[in-house]
Amino acid sequence: MKTLPPQINAILESVSDPEIPVLSIMDMGVVREVEVQERDVFIKITPTYSGCPAMDTIADDIKAAFAKEGYEAQVKLILAPAWSTDWITERGRKALEAYGIAAPLTEEADKEALLGNKKIVKCPQCGSTHTRLVSQFGSTACKALFQCEACHEPFDYFKCLK
Amino acid sequence: MSNSKINYILGIADNALILGQRLSELCGHGPSLETDIATTNIALDLLGQTRSYYQYAAELQGGEATEDTLAFLRKEREYKNVLLVEQPNTDFGYVMARQYMFDVFHLLLLEQLQNSNDEVLAAIAKKSIKEVSYHKRFSGDWIKRLGDGTEESHNRMQEAFDNLWTFTNELFLMTADDTAMVEAGVGVDVAALKAAWTQEITALLTEATLTVPDLKYFLKGGKEGIHSEHMGFILTEMQYMQRTYPNMTW
Repeated sequence: MKTLPPQINAILESVSDPEIPVLSIMDMGVVREVEVQERDVFIKITPTYSGCPAMDTIADDIKAAFAKEGYEAQVKLILAPAWSTDWITERGRKALEAYGIAAPLTEEADKEALLGNKKIVKCPQCGSTHTRLVSQFGSTACKALFQCEACHEPFDYFKCLK
Repeated sequence: MSNSKINYILGIADNALILGQRLSELCGHGPSLETDIATTNIALDLLGQTRSYYQYAAELQGGEATEDTLAFLRKEREYKNVLLVEQPNTDFGYVMARQYMFDVFHLLLLEQLQNSNDEVLAAIAKKSIKEVSYHKRFSGDWIKRLGDGTEESHNRMQEAFDNLWTFTNELFLMTADDTAMVEAGVGVDVAALKAAWTQEITALLTEATLTVPDLKYFLKGGKEGIHSEHMGFILTEMQYMQRTYPNMTW
């Protein structure tokens, strides 16, 4: 995506995923296209998962954030190219970890954990890789549930989607 | 716009909707917290995919059609889902057998559909492949775990496959709309998926120490709108709000 005017970028940065409030939609990589014409802004966003219930809220939040600054935003949902966890920015990954959600690693990470082959998912609380998969599905479509066997904290792991 | 295309899209969408509805019945009733969350997460993915298909079908149909009228205001005979997805959640073995058999088919279908010359369908397919791969991994793992588990879990898993097998052949039957859409470069030749499906199911069942049912008689009808008795009950529950309070919204 081309570089945006600072004010437009700042408005988009102020909108976050309602289910992961520390992650802005820019860091999540769901904003795919932005076009500014005077006070009209046309934005294309893509869902993380088809059934993600946050998308409607995100679209409404974007419109409200722009309206507050005197812009009128139109938001369109696009499906292609399909979202990938690779689009989460480095800053986004750090924000996830600080919030207590382990950032996505590889597509096989949770399967390997289930079968006990390889332990690579790191506990966001104590940093130990001595963790186990509790559930392949978690509190939202994008997460799996893990538990750290060193500090015993349960934690969310952001599933890898490529 | 040709009716064939709309019918074709509805066929794919209805499978996802009805299976999603069945799975969401487990919300708060799953055998364990983890499986409860998993089945409802899978339901959410399927309903999300359904919405994309219905929005597109409604756009093609025009007039008063919306994703909601397609989901909630059609009559039983107008739904084109296969019989397999409307079968009840008898026990967790049935839920996983139904899921795995559908997941394998679903993924094979989407892998072809992503090459459709219809850009919207190709985009929905590409998006859904990522989700359905995860579903198949979950259901496949449970088939192995239960099939190769205790005597009780093995027997119940086998019973589920034996009783659901009669619904599997319908997945590969071509309707007139299927044929028209294959010729138009839009749709997928589902009959051609059967060999790969059978091979994959056989490999997993063998690994799970289960026997692939040997059956000569198969049921069909769902794709033509002729459903099993279960369908009426599913729709009654799913549609009652819109039927009782027309046009109500949250």
